[in-house]
Amino acid sequence: MSHRVLFASFEHEDDLLAAATAIRQKGLRIIDAFTPYAVHGLDRAIGLKPSRLTWVCFVCGMTGALGMLWFEHWAASVSWAVNVGGKPWNSLPSDVPVAFEAAVLLAGFGSVFALFAVSRLYPGKQARNIFPGTTDDRFVLVIDETNAAFDVVRVEKFLLAFNVVETCERIQDGGRYS
Amino acid sequence: MSETAPSLRPPLITGDKSLADVTRDICAPMDCKPTGWWWAAFIVSVLALILGVVTVWYQIATGIGTWGLNKTVGWAFDITNFVFWVGIGHAGTLISAVLFLFRQKWRTAVNRSAEAMTLFAVMCAGIFPLIHMGRPWLAYWMLPYPNTRGSLWVNFKSPLLWDVFAISTYLLISAVFWYVGLIPDMATIRDRSKAGLRQRITSLLALGWDGSARTWHRYETVYMLLAGLATPLVFSVHTIVSMDFATAVIPGWHTTIFPPYFVAGAIFSGLAMVTTLMIVARTTMHLENYITMNHIERMCLLMLSMGCIVGLAYGTEFFMAAYSGNGYEQFVFKNRAFGSMAWAYWTMVVCNVCVPQLLWIRKLRTCLPVVFVIVILVNVGMWFERFVIIVTSLYRDFLPSSWAHYTPSLVEFATFIGSFGLFFTCFLLFCRIAPAIAIAEIKGAAHLKKPPARVSIVKENAA
Repeated sequence: MSHRVLFASFEHEDDLLAAATAIRQKGLRIIDAFTPYAVHGLDRAIGLKPSRLTWVCFVCGMTGALGMLWFEHWAASVSWAVNVGGKPWNSLPSDVPVAFEAAVLLAGFGSVFALFAVSRLYPGKQARNIFPGTTDDRFVLVIDETNAAFDVVRVEKFLLAFNVVETCERIQDGGRYS
Repeated sequence: MSETAPSLRPPLITGDKSLADVTRDICAPMDCKPTGWWWAAFIVSVLALILGVVTVWYQIATGIGTWGLNKTVGWAFDITNFVFWVGIGHAGTLISAVLFLFRQKWRTAVNRSAEAMTLFAVMCAGIFPLIHMGRPWLAYWMLPYPNTRGSLWVNFKSPLLWDVFAISTYLLISAVFWYVGLIPDMATIRDRSKAGLRQRITSLLALGWDGSARTWHRYETVYMLLAGLATPLVFSVHTIVSMDFATAVIPGWHTTIFPPYFVAGAIFSGLAMVTTLMIVARTTMHLENYITMNHIERMCLLMLSMGCIVGLAYGTEFFMAAYSGNGYEQFVFKNRAFGSMAWAYWTMVVCNVCVPQLLWIRKLRTCLPVVFVIVILVNVGMWFERFVIIVTSLYRDFLPSSWAHYTPSLVEFATFIGSFGLFFTCFLLFCRIAPAIAIAEIKGAAHLKKPPARVSIVKENAA
């Protein structure tokens, strides 16, 4: 479904944050923002929920730890029990270091690949070249125009108080802007 | 917040930069031709690397009998270098992960190069056990895979096996951490370079990054998770390295202080190496406004505190040996300090405990040449620490008739030089092809001045 959006670009994160908060207070919807770095507090200002990727990390870590503990137990005392210096075959303390490493490895890779999957980052993807400078020194807000009460001229005027540099209207279609 | 911060703390970036200036300055070394200094350093590094490759080839073809080892001293130069390089790597993780969790914003100037250093140092470390196997093409035997011998599994009760898992996990997680940090900067380079090879490569590596707030939000979560994972990882890695020794019943090795002692030593040596590289990068790549004296000073203070912890560990070791009432333990320590290898022990003490005390003096820790000399001495001292622990615990063992001496062979020296060649070749290439400072992170942390308000337009509209 395509709809019209308003792009507003700023030069400083403080302007972006203030504008985002004010716009949401006016009852307008912010679709996204584009920034050259992670702006502190922007997630709350545009109303993003805490990421659930922490759960992915937890599940992957537990899988790594428990899977490796099971494997060590199975290899050292079921599949081929080897007597090492008279130590017990299944000695849990000596299984901990490798299980820990496996947990870290799986949790790390799991959460990074989950990030790539959820944010659709993959090699060869073309950046949706949204606005020049968003990876350099521009902060851009994308405001939804579908609300019937949306008045572009008024919103543009309203944004001037926040040192807006430039505004333009675009069409959003799925994840693309044209 | 942004208005009051600079008055409380020295600014992270000096020279009144705008965001665009930051991008331009950090990318500048990649845009222009390398300097004469860079070429000189690169040529020396590559020569050292070639020397290393040739000697590694020679010792694998001939056998590790080319080393100076004997029946009594069966572990010496090789494992010293291994522990030395792993230790160097740890400061990178300390800076990128531990200081991130502690919200130390000044880390942004150094974390990228410290992470790169970690990666290259762990690569160098990994080479030594591989060579020591004698048949490195069978290295995969260290992994538990279904094989035709039973399957005969690996021995999960051995710290040497834990090491295999610890080092490989550390290498992989460090690589991922580094790459994830690079993605937004790759997008920055992609967007500012003209169509061509560089743009194609960076756009491949940037994975289509567009700076969307939703992506940033998830990215920050994952970065935090990686930092949280890397922090216990770095402690576990050097704990396990220390257990290679501590679980052996050799006086001088068999002590419970080893894990914290090794971790502190590792971070200490790594900080010295990061500072060495920082000073070199600052001077050769003109990053004085980004790697400021404030950064160098903070690194010095960290080094000073780590040096004191290491000094405390040396003292504790001696105290415990005396207190244990164990004759063998007491002999080893007396022999370390006053035996025929006392020169190595005192080199270590002077470099690691005495020299860093100079950093208490503000004038000295803000003087670059002095700091440079101190960090080099700490690097030397930390190499000797491992050498002292390993060789002086072995060369006079329980049986006086088997006492021996250890002299490293030329092949061992050449291999060690070769590992420096690999490290610096990788590091110098990294400085050329990737931004040496994390652009996106430093922009976020530096809280740059607001550009002048666009009053004129507002007035025009109001009228």
